[in-house]
Amino acid sequence: MSIDRSDVERIAHLARLELNEQDIPAYTENLSSILNLIDEMQQIDTDGVEPLAHPLDAVQRLRADEVTELNQRDKLQAVAPAVEEGLFLVPKVIE
Amino acid sequence: MFEKTLSELAQDLRNGTVSSVELTQAFIDRINRCDSEYNAFITTTPELALQQAKAADESLAAGTGGPFTGLPIAHKDLFCTEGVKTSCGSKMLDNFKSPYDATVVAKFKAAGAVMLGKTNMDEFAMGSTNESSFYGDCKNPWDTSRVPGGSSGGSAAAVAARLTPAATGSDTGGSIRQPAAFCGITGIKPTYGRVSRYGMVAYASSLDQGGPMARSAEDCALMLNVMAGQDAMDSTSSAQPTEDYTASLNHSLQGLKIGVPKEFMSADLDSAMAAQIETAIKQLESLGATIKEVSLPNTRMSIPAYYIIAPAEASSNLSRFDGVRYGYRCEEPKDLEDLYKRTRGEGFGSEVKRRIMVGTYALCAGYYDAYYNKAQQIRRLIQQDFMRIFEEVDVIVGPTTPSPAFTIGEKVNDPVAMYMEDIFTLSLNLAGLPGMSVPCGQVNGLPVGLQLIGNYFDEARLLNVAHQYQQNTEWHTLSPVTA
Amino acid sequence: MEWETVIGLEIHVQLATNTKIFSGASTAFGAEPNTQACAVDLALPGTLPVFNDGAQKMAIMFGLAINADIGKRAVFERKNYFYPDLPKGYQTTQLEAPVVGEGFVDIETEAGERRVRIHHAHLEEDAGKSLHEDFHGQSGIDLNRAGTPLVEIVSEPDMRTSKEAAAYARKIHAIVTTLGICDGNMAEGSMRCDCNVSIRPKGSETLGTRTELKNINSFRFIERAIDTEVERQIDLIEDGGTVVQETRLYDPDKNETRSMRSKEDANDYRYFPCPDLLPVVVDDAYVEAIRLTLPELPDARKERFISELGLSEYDAGVLSAYRDQADYFESVVECCGDAKLAANWVMGELAKNLNAADLSIEKSPVSAEQLGGLLVRIKDNTISGNIAKKVFEVQWNEGGTADEVIEAKGLKQVTDTGAIESMIDEVIANASAQVEQYKAAEPEKRGKMLGFFMGQVMKASGGKANPGAVTGILKSKLDALCD
Repeated sequence: MSIDRSDVERIAHLARLELNEQDIPAYTENLSSILNLIDEMQQIDTDGVEPLAHPLDAVQRLRADEVTELNQRDKLQAVAPAVEEGLFLVPKVIE
Repeated sequence: MFEKTLSELAQDLRNGTVSSVELTQAFIDRINRCDSEYNAFITTTPELALQQAKAADESLAAGTGGPFTGLPIAHKDLFCTEGVKTSCGSKMLDNFKSPYDATVVAKFKAAGAVMLGKTNMDEFAMGSTNESSFYGDCKNPWDTSRVPGGSSGGSAAAVAARLTPAATGSDTGGSIRQPAAFCGITGIKPTYGRVSRYGMVAYASSLDQGGPMARSAEDCALMLNVMAGQDAMDSTSSAQPTEDYTASLNHSLQGLKIGVPKEFMSADLDSAMAAQIETAIKQLESLGATIKEVSLPNTRMSIPAYYIIAPAEASSNLSRFDGVRYGYRCEEPKDLEDLYKRTRGEGFGSEVKRRIMVGTYALCAGYYDAYYNKAQQIRRLIQQDFMRIFEEVDVIVGPTTPSPAFTIGEKVNDPVAMYMEDIFTLSLNLAGLPGMSVPCGQVNGLPVGLQLIGNYFDEARLLNVAHQYQQNTEWHTLSPVTA
Repeated sequence: MEWETVIGLEIHVQLATNTKIFSGASTAFGAEPNTQACAVDLALPGTLPVFNDGAQKMAIMFGLAINADIGKRAVFERKNYFYPDLPKGYQTTQLEAPVVGEGFVDIETEAGERRVRIHHAHLEEDAGKSLHEDFHGQSGIDLNRAGTPLVEIVSEPDMRTSKEAAAYARKIHAIVTTLGICDGNMAEGSMRCDCNVSIRPKGSETLGTRTELKNINSFRFIERAIDTEVERQIDLIEDGGTVVQETRLYDPDKNETRSMRSKEDANDYRYFPCPDLLPVVVDDAYVEAIRLTLPELPDARKERFISELGLSEYDAGVLSAYRDQADYFESVVECCGDAKLAANWVMGELAKNLNAADLSIEKSPVSAEQLGGLLVRIKDNTISGNIAKKVFEVQWNEGGTADEVIEAKGLKQVTDTGAIESMIDEVIANASAQVEQYKAAEPEKRGKMLGFFMGQVMKASGGKANPGAVTGILKSKLDALCD
């Protein structure tokens, strides 16, 4: 399957990636060739094959409902780009 | 001293022939002297290392040390290290000092290990050459015009160049085994879930697995003894009991049944390398193993399946890098969307962006069944292929890579050609099986890696086979440098 | 044309666990911003989720309470989208394999009992909060709520009026509060309701285009929001327009719904199974152990209030709707032995005072024991109903048992006939005009005129005269005057 520029722009928007205008043709070409490689899968008959999401047939372990994490705000926010009054700052959220 | 293995250095520390501080200082000096040639380290932590070494010496003197006390190692820069930059080879995390330790890092600390620094890697572990690192290419110590492999290229190069006796790595599609092969060292990717992923920055959650990279199978066993085990913080870590991975190293290979997949010894494989692999197989036969040809018919399909599943998971795993709570943030975002798009557009390199886009595309409504679901079905088929073979053989053997280390820049603009190089390593990650790469020869002065594949949780057997092979060959002792 | 309304509800219930669904951070309400957001909640690189057993148990309790199939193998999926209150860039939720399958509840409507089918209920994580106070034109993000476990209960479109929708929401509220899995505080967002509303010509079988109403935080607003929206849809269609499928925000101040176009933006959530979490598998023993812990549910309790305590259908319905209220009521009954009296007081005086003070029943200043003690004194004629209200007021404001208040304030009823007789004599002596009217009246109309004299006597006694005794004596004295 080949994809075009508008596909690339749509995907980049969904993934919130700004692409440089001049790089878009190369991305379009790369992604098309990758998707061609991927399309080789379609030649394999997988009718009735159960998808494998996890290699081991393990099941989820349950954690006891007990508080183990105490307040570490100062330490955790030390790496934040913008903080005020304990809040992470972002450009205005419009609902 | 630089030519000694972890096991030998551990002996020296216990005998008092050398102190951990002396050992650590020597490696720090060597890194300072030589790493400009390889660019294997993103961060070095000399003060911390000497502090840890001093504590290790005290505990050795007090007789409270364990097998790993005082031994220097390096961590791939995707293991979170408290207070120390954890960049994942990305501009996105260039300013990120992790507020916590990964479980693997904490375990090495608890075992008394000394951390020399953090090693270079492909950005977010996406790559097979180390060329996608924000911190520049890492060079192969056997030939600095060539790549060390990836994504754990810095760890492999550092071990090969004798800048550290051992290092941690991570393997999502071959990222321990392929650079180990390219750099002539020994590495093992354990069974999925054997080593905790907590604090190991995720690339593809259902494929990622941390593991040891060192100079010998014995050293890998020593490291795995520290790293392995279930972790309450990682739901996918296995409850399977661990074992002493050094205990069975000396078992004989008499009666061992080895399978060699015909798809691995095919036209995809460089002919000079094929000869080396065959010699290694004969060597194993001479040690008592029986050899049988087997078939992994879906080997080729591991490439498309992997290049759907890994990018799909990555596209979601990397959404957290949004410039809000940590990491890179673009200058003066004009609104929320601008914050996201420019932070991510500027913070990620092109291969990461490519994989995020492939994954995003594959998960879109309308394509899910044709791509993601199909890939997971093929994953099942690949697993079934392996299970069928393991009914007949104990270990599968073949090449780690189709060719030796290629030159820097050779494939950088052709992602598909690059992806094809992963053909022999991807299927193990898809199936979750353990695999090793062991040096088994050279082609034009470049190392060749022999891949050993085991059944689930059969790490001890892989290490046993590799150790027996190394007891009878010299390839793993060859050094690209004069220390 | 006559229209029929079709309503389905999606109710989000915050579970009353101690910790987050995937981390060990506290879920307590009202903490300082981000003090209950740990490394996992902030989605720090390398962190991983571990599922909370408490959330699983509570979700299953709900499933059992609505007669649902319990998903023996539930799968968490990722719903991918970018928003600053969503740290990972995806919400972990359940889609294909939820923990609770099809179930139902019965609700009371004007037309009698009606069954509302529940399509499924799934577990997911709550998001954080954006605070829009002006931080130099920016928003502040508090992630304390991020990761709080939610059960989302999705009904079938089985409701036909806004009243039914509100009754259904009340029923869900009664169930989750009775189970103790949610505090039920709608103002704090512990229970949030989205209404899917469409209209169709009466008799039609096909569903009209629906809109989704968000931000509804009281039962009253459910009715009002739906009524407003139905009116809007009817006007729109009758004016030749068409309803657009969209999310609309209900504004209770203006009593209108308005479009939230900003969030529509053709999102593609790219759901896929979360690779960091494994399938949640429960066996029958696990479910049955939970079943044993279930408290008496509102329907059963209501039935018992009717059959054992002799309450009316209405009273039983109101009193069984909230667990705390029902428990309180039953304690009062236990103290005073009179269910009807207890019901009147709990639904009357107590409810009135709680409403005025905006208190929930478990915070009532007058305990069930205090109220029960008060009712005992009504029953044994120590005080009248009116005096009891005064005693209650003192208890509410100052505390104390009924007996203490009666004693301290001298409110004990006067039952001494001598004292009552002399008060009556005085009243009759001072009301000659009214006595004359009484005498002139037809005997059968005199009963109604008794009220004036009663009032005067009660006033003279400060309300303490036993009303029964006063009536008897008054009547015989007045009638004696007529002869």
